[in-house]
Amino acid sequence: MVHDGGHGLQRGGADRANQGDPVEITVTINGKAHTADVEPRTLLVQFIRESAGLTGTNIGCDTSSCGACSIHLDGEAVKSCTVLAVQADGNAVTTIEGMAAADGTLHPMQQAFMENHGLQCGYCTPGMVMAATSLLKENPTPTEEEVRIGLEGNLCRCTGYHNIVQSVLACAKG
Amino acid sequence: MTMTDQPTGVLGSRMLRREDPALLTGEARFTSDIVVPGALHLALVRSPYARARILSVDTSAAAALPGVRAVYSGADLADLWAGPMPCAWPVTDDMKNPAHLPVAVTQANHVGDGVACVIAESAEAARDAVEAVIVEYEPLEAVTDLEDALSDRVVIHDELGTNRSYTWDLKIEETDGACDAAFAAAAYSVKERYVQQRLIPAAMEPRAVLAVPQPFGGDMTLYSSTQVPHILKVMTALTLGIPEHQLRVIAPAVGGGFGSKLNVYAEELLCVALARRHALPVRWTETRSEGCQATIHGRGQIQDIELAADADGRLTGLRVRLIGDMGAYLQLVTPGVPLLGAFLYAGVYELPKAFDFSCTSVFTNMTPTDAYRGAGRPEATYAIERAMDALATEIGIDPLELRRRNFIPVDKFPYEAYTGLVYDSGNHDGAATLAAEMVGYTDLRERQQSQNVPGATKRLGIGLSTYFEMCGLAPSRVLASLNYGAGGWEAATVRVLPTNKVQVVTGTSPHGQGHETAWSMIVAEKLGISPDDVDVLHSDTAIAPLGLDTYGSRSLSVGGVAIAMTCDKVIDKAQQIAAHLLEANPDDLEFSHGQFTVAGSPDRAMPLAAIAFEAFTAHNLPDGMEPNLEAHTTYDPPNFSWPFGTHICVVEVDTETGEVEVLKYVAVDDCGNQVNPLIVDGQVHGGVIQGLAQALFEEAVYDSDGNLRTSTLAEYLVPAASDVPPVITGHTITPSPTNQLGVKGVGEAGTIAATPAVINAVVDALSGLGVRNVPMPASPNTVWSIINAAQGGSQ
Repeated sequence: MVHDGGHGLQRGGADRANQGDPVEITVTINGKAHTADVEPRTLLVQFIRESAGLTGTNIGCDTSSCGACSIHLDGEAVKSCTVLAVQADGNAVTTIEGMAAADGTLHPMQQAFMENHGLQCGYCTPGMVMAATSLLKENPTPTEEEVRIGLEGNLCRCTGYHNIVQSVLACAKG
Repeated sequence: MTMTDQPTGVLGSRMLRREDPALLTGEARFTSDIVVPGALHLALVRSPYARARILSVDTSAAAALPGVRAVYSGADLADLWAGPMPCAWPVTDDMKNPAHLPVAVTQANHVGDGVACVIAESAEAARDAVEAVIVEYEPLEAVTDLEDALSDRVVIHDELGTNRSYTWDLKIEETDGACDAAFAAAAYSVKERYVQQRLIPAAMEPRAVLAVPQPFGGDMTLYSSTQVPHILKVMTALTLGIPEHQLRVIAPAVGGGFGSKLNVYAEELLCVALARRHALPVRWTETRSEGCQATIHGRGQIQDIELAADADGRLTGLRVRLIGDMGAYLQLVTPGVPLLGAFLYAGVYELPKAFDFSCTSVFTNMTPTDAYRGAGRPEATYAIERAMDALATEIGIDPLELRRRNFIPVDKFPYEAYTGLVYDSGNHDGAATLAAEMVGYTDLRERQQSQNVPGATKRLGIGLSTYFEMCGLAPSRVLASLNYGAGGWEAATVRVLPTNKVQVVTGTSPHGQGHETAWSMIVAEKLGISPDDVDVLHSDTAIAPLGLDTYGSRSLSVGGVAIAMTCDKVIDKAQQIAAHLLEANPDDLEFSHGQFTVAGSPDRAMPLAAIAFEAFTAHNLPDGMEPNLEAHTTYDPPNFSWPFGTHICVVEVDTETGEVEVLKYVAVDDCGNQVNPLIVDGQVHGGVIQGLAQALFEEAVYDSDGNLRTSTLAEYLVPAASDVPPVITGHTITPSPTNQLGVKGVGEAGTIAATPAVINAVVDALSGLGVRNVPMPASPNTVWSIINAAQGGSQ
């Protein structure tokens, strides 16, 4: 489940950005602090991809429709194109690169997607995995319908969603 | 030819995909993920008008902005192009093809047509500069209606003198008058008009391009989110007049295509041309709203179809008239799309040589159309499958029964059809019977009787679709007969390394289909080794120099078969080496599970691993044999392949709201032997939902001025998980006799079969209310309006 836009965020960067000049912000991504000067209009997804160099988070639209850029912001899934980078100043982000264990073991949701053929081209997949893990955090034992409704903010063009839904249900079963 | 005589169990297993870990962890690199220091960013100024003369382009303000390196009008760039934007399919000798350059010079012809471009040091600077380019337009009247275009009331391209691009007829020799005679003698006939609305392919990865020059080495590397790196290389060299051997094209991870990336686009040519001019890397990433206007659209046809049948309902004649919407220009294979469907208008049914097909294609002031998943075949299948339901209604029999009366019988395969094409194999009644069992067809018809009573507001509908896919594009000589500008072969190299690891080089170019997994399974089965010991190399013209790429469900039935044939050549050579080393007659050797054994002497054996090393050291090879264990094949298929199946959709239509709920969707597909059923099912799932989306949700909507009103994913309704049903899959297996793997292909089956199955179900639900047709997409508003009109309502 993905929420549109961050809430309850620290606003330091956002306040300073009202001047229009580049602002130095620090965002902790996957446990590591990333500091950079950003323009006020810079989106969080751009900061993640360009400043932090983490390109696993994809951009699929410009209307917050597709969910490809879903990440966890302070533990909650958001579309990182709906958050300005300055709004995330001082906050913690988890991206797809932060999901697998340090020893390379896939996160159970990643493993479930693999075992259930929940991806084809893989472009929506990072966002799907982030949204799906958030969904199970809120509802650990969803029905098939609840999974479908819970993922409605994330579009996929390859799978017809069938195996994505199966992946999430399989992960919930454990 | 030495064949592995005992299956290893790899082929046909549901092996998990080796592609997945990189894609699941963010490690995979899509084009826009590739970082190249110093790259300049391209952005295009796009026409806000559907048709307008370009009076002037003032680039001065934009050029003065910080970070901007250059701003070009179309005229500024005109000397960069050795030729126009390529169209590889001049379907008739007199086909009209308007001037089409990567950046328009004198006239813009659709909203989104590029009229100027900027390169700058950042994407933001480029975007800002686009806003500062001042273009003076003289707006001209636009044409968006196909019949209006056909009338030539307004001629879009002055130099052509008409909006008609071509008229193409499918002629069947010595059948003059047969179709007219069939209609004159018909016991039953139907005449229907169907409209294939325009669709936006909407692959999840927007297009992206990165051109990296080596100014002092002479070479140019073009990264592109493309399905067709090989075709793109040839066409880029021709269009820019640059040496092909100094151009390398790489398709990195590609996030879906569905035909939309089977093309040569302005932005690809611009990045290469400007990287050469500036001697710096140039990159571009499409925004989604830009893509909706500047990446090809699919479908766009008006179909008039007439069926003639005898008293038993058997087809006796078929007439088709199409108007094809080319859009503003001809892209790579735009004019050929209706032709691909021309051979499928009689579907899976027996038809005497009484067929009359003509297509006239016209220009409009909308985004060019081109191949979109199925490319002509979904359109054809929709028309015949909808018309068969209309015929069943006319005769008063069950639509499944009508289909059964017309199926080509199993014992007639291989079957030479009315078009002269030979269908390789089929068991249509088998697939239909299985699908009917799985869905509970008989029970559903009974339930429908009791549910759809007068006054019922929740009406049950059952829709069938029985289809042929026609894939394995294609025998090169057949393509020649259709005026297509390339062949249909595919290339493969199999290289056994000294340590018995195997490299496979393929000319196919996957973008979600799982070729790395599937091709490694084929090689593992053939050579008797583990799939883990096989690496599949692809999508880089420096590594896989020969190939014709991935589209039209061709990859397995052409590219995969080429790999299997190449494995045979490797085994043949290995057999000669083994015989030499074992001092045996080669004919006395058997090859199984990766080992050669002398027949009758199981202790005299040699594994492929030992032979690979012998071939590498070349210390003791048969006289005259070249070292190393490697073989190459370029395979030109002898025939198309003909996957088939039956899909059944069950819907409930709420007559008060017009809402369609899909209660159940059963897909029975026969794609011959399956390399990996996991991947086959995935292809069916995705294809079905894409086809269902055409039926219920998607349409590229233009207003009469040519403005695209669905130019974002907020307006263009790609369905979400909550909008669609699960897909229940089943399979029959009828191997193709034309290739050694017995495979056919499955990439487009779902989109071909699903659209008519869904609409047939919706119409079936409403048939008791006097509804004969429902236009696509069958949105609640459309369905409600149709019901209301059929009931004599005036609202």
